[in-house]
Amino acid sequence: MDNQGQAYWKATLGLIRNVLIVWFVVSYGLGIIFAPALNSISLGGYPLGFWFAQQGSMYIFVALIFIYAKLMGNIDKKFDVHED
Amino acid sequence: MGLQAMTYFVVGLTFAIYIGIAIWARAGSTSEFYAAGGSVHPVLNGMATGADWMSAASFISMAGLIANMGYGGCLFLMGWTGGYVLLAMLLAPYLRKFGKFTVPQFFSERYYSNGAATVGVICLLAASLTYIIGQMTGVGVAFSRFLGVSNTTGVIIGMAIVFMYAVFGGMKGITYTQVAQYCVLILAYTVPAIFISMQLTGNPLPQLGLGSEYLDTGHSLLNKVDQVVTELGFAKYTTMTRGSQLNVFVYTFSLMIGTAGLPHVIMRFFTVPKVRDARSSAGWALVFIAILYTTAPAVAAMARLNLHATVNKAVTQPRETADFFAPENSIKYDERPAWMQRWEVTGLLKFEDKNGDGRIQYYNDKNPPAGAVAAGWQGNELKVNNDIMVLANPEIALLPNWVIALVAAGGLAAALSTAAGLLLAISSAISHDLLKGMWMKDLSESGELMAGKIAMACSILVAGYLGLNPPDFAAGTVAIAFGLAASSIFPALMMGIFSKTMNKQGAIAGMLSGLGITMIYVFAHKGIFFIKGTEFLGVFGGKPSFFFGIEPNAFGAIGAVVNFAVAFAVKNMTPPVPEEIAAMVENVRTPRGAGAVTGGHH
Repeated sequence: MDNQGQAYWKATLGLIRNVLIVWFVVSYGLGIIFAPALNSISLGGYPLGFWFAQQGSMYIFVALIFIYAKLMGNIDKKFDVHED
Repeated sequence: MGLQAMTYFVVGLTFAIYIGIAIWARAGSTSEFYAAGGSVHPVLNGMATGADWMSAASFISMAGLIANMGYGGCLFLMGWTGGYVLLAMLLAPYLRKFGKFTVPQFFSERYYSNGAATVGVICLLAASLTYIIGQMTGVGVAFSRFLGVSNTTGVIIGMAIVFMYAVFGGMKGITYTQVAQYCVLILAYTVPAIFISMQLTGNPLPQLGLGSEYLDTGHSLLNKVDQVVTELGFAKYTTMTRGSQLNVFVYTFSLMIGTAGLPHVIMRFFTVPKVRDARSSAGWALVFIAILYTTAPAVAAMARLNLHATVNKAVTQPRETADFFAPENSIKYDERPAWMQRWEVTGLLKFEDKNGDGRIQYYNDKNPPAGAVAAGWQGNELKVNNDIMVLANPEIALLPNWVIALVAAGGLAAALSTAAGLLLAISSAISHDLLKGMWMKDLSESGELMAGKIAMACSILVAGYLGLNPPDFAAGTVAIAFGLAASSIFPALMMGIFSKTMNKQGAIAGMLSGLGITMIYVFAHKGIFFIKGTEFLGVFGGKPSFFFGIEPNAFGAIGAVVNFAVAFAVKNMTPPVPEEIAAMVENVRTPRGAGAVTGGHH
């Protein structure tokens, strides 16, 4: 693979890694592992850990996909591999 | 109009709409079938994917299970949404660039062999068939209630209707029909939830209502649910887990990677016009899925509270003076509401007067509260199948007949659209990938179509038969299907894209061992091919969930780990991947040059 191609793949994997970190922290971290600790905090009548597990994580998943799609589009343009 | 007539009317009307749209769309263009989404706005495409994805498990079964599982129900909520993030980033854009139409076709090219494609078909069949068993369970619940017949008869009627729908209708793949189905199912889910949220909290948004104040009591609704269920000896709603924390963790993970490995979901992203669209269309699909999934926890908690309030008047009395065990607070069986009588016909709701007082006592007799013992309660007298909760919910809340009828139509839309999608995946895998592609290359086009229909009919018979004695509740069975996809297809797709060195021997060995070990664990608990009486837990010491307390439904994540490990071990012992395959993988990683999809049929 040429240098340009390697750099593109490196940038792609970096973005995927960053999104996966947020994905993991929100769902498995705040929603499961730290949920018992967060439940002492209340958010709009919800215990916070319960809220992340049954509401918040899903909103953040939606946001993550659109953020990923946007940033990935930027990477494609930067390395001139985009369509059209 | 009576409830029965209203139900026939609304269900009939929605079917007329689907068929009408199908005829109209067909007249417009015949190429729509494979270009699903080609000329359609991404938002509409997202709705269609939502209808494809949300099945009887999401619509009919899930909230009932959450009502029973409390906090632990989050494994369904996060598991069945979080997988879309993986799908959008790890698979969809690359599979789109690859430009083949089915998962077995991808395996046959990337792993340069018919063997890999055959193993892929086996994995696809195992996951899809199990998935359809879950749909049959859900369809059976819906039909038994709305036709007033036993659950067994309901499943058989469901088999006939799914068959006609999938074989003769061929509506699947026509995006606008699925958009209509999405609209029906999402209205059917949210309208009753809004009504009930208004009744209980005054807040029309169920997502906020769940945390809002319950009937001017000064306590939030969740707090009220916690109080009621703990009074009656059940585990605290907002903190109860499903087995250990480890089990919840592994179960969620299994559902997430299963989402990204299910053939009928992946297929939708093969056919979008551009790689760029494959990324964002996963986002739009998740938006429309999340509307239902964020409503579900509210439906669950509110249904649980309303059910308790129906049979025990202490629920609605002021907290300080309420006595859950006062004899007059348990309702008399003879004065039970009409909805309970309607569900008793199906056999999915049962009452047994253990203490002979003619009243219904509903509590946790495994952990009886002191008050129940003192009051002379002789055990829990009401059995409510989890799968009826969503369908019964508007009846429990005494909502108007048209809302109850709408929910029936929504449940059927969810079950039929997904069952049809899965059957299409099965029939194309057998008739196109297996027969036409490998075994009988001179098969005529009509022969291929006939083989596909026979495959569909056989799948429905097998799934319907097993659906009569399902291995679990609808959502539980579907979770097993996700586990099978997670342990076999997902790792092979991942390695096909992210490893340039993975060879066919590694991929085949990985898929077989991942699927094999997951099947052994599941069948040990649920019976060989889910046939009752063939469980072989005794071989492993007889203790359920013997592997670190992980349920069979969650084992797919472990199977996936085994798959990866075996694949890399075998790869290192066998000849390396040919150079042209490595070059192909490199090419798949960049979006530019994505051509039209090839390898379709018919």
